[in-house]
Amino acid sequence: MTPPQGLHLKTFVLILIMVSVAPLGDTFLGKGMKQVGALESWAPSSLFHFFFRAFTSGTVWLGIGLLLTFFIAYLLVLSWADYSYVLPASSISSLIIALLAHFVLHETVTPTRWAGVGLICLGVFAVGHTHPRTTEHPSC
Amino acid sequence: MLKAAILYFLIVVPGTAGEMCMSRAMKIVGEVVDFRPHSIARSIGRAMKLRWFWIGLLMMATGFFSLLAMLSVAKVSFVFPATALSYAVGTLGGRLFLGERVTPQRWFGVLLVCIGVTLVAIGKG
Repeated sequence: MTPPQGLHLKTFVLILIMVSVAPLGDTFLGKGMKQVGALESWAPSSLFHFFFRAFTSGTVWLGIGLLLTFFIAYLLVLSWADYSYVLPASSISSLIIALLAHFVLHETVTPTRWAGVGLICLGVFAVGHTHPRTTEHPSC
Repeated sequence: MLKAAILYFLIVVPGTAGEMCMSRAMKIVGEVVDFRPHSIARSIGRAMKLRWFWIGLLMMATGFFSLLAMLSVAKVSFVFPATALSYAVGTLGGRLFLGERVTPQRWFGVLLVCIGVTLVAIGKG
């Protein structure tokens, strides 16, 4: 079992990976699917061309790869940390999305949204100061 | 209205319950201490042999597709604040289903996150 300090550090690193790759994965998948275009009809040939275009798109695969990375990091962190710790802590992705929107995409981030991000940060700060693991190893 | 209520229920309850099942599966597998790719693959492979993993995956998929369906019938500014409730439901589930010790400080943090997520969604318009 990892000592408390090490546990905090590896939990922090895994959550950082989760909140960094998930928004990027969503963005690439969304961008890729827009490039693929809408499904024209439910006819088998149309479905085949739609999925062929989707699965030959590098952007779609990049999105899938990033979301898979998120899922693996999520599973790993849940192997030791409480679900009630990981769930609110992962909402810090809102801060990363808002910062990307403001500084990279030069979008307008409204004061309401900044206030929400501020509250999320305070919430994550409060949760982050509790112990990540409060349970013992369960049985099947 | 009824359709939206059913979808809302499916987003919050099976979506959150699915994550809790996944958490249970990973707790049974045990703490991952070796982060080399083959060790990670072995841990996830062990989780995939547990029924909790597959129940969780099925429920998470239900929650995800319900979210997509909800987005087609309701405004984004309504859907995402509504899903903020998942944080409270998840924390309660962690306490009741997974036996986690949720301190008042953690509850306070979750409450702030719920309000924050709602404001972020409203702020996006």
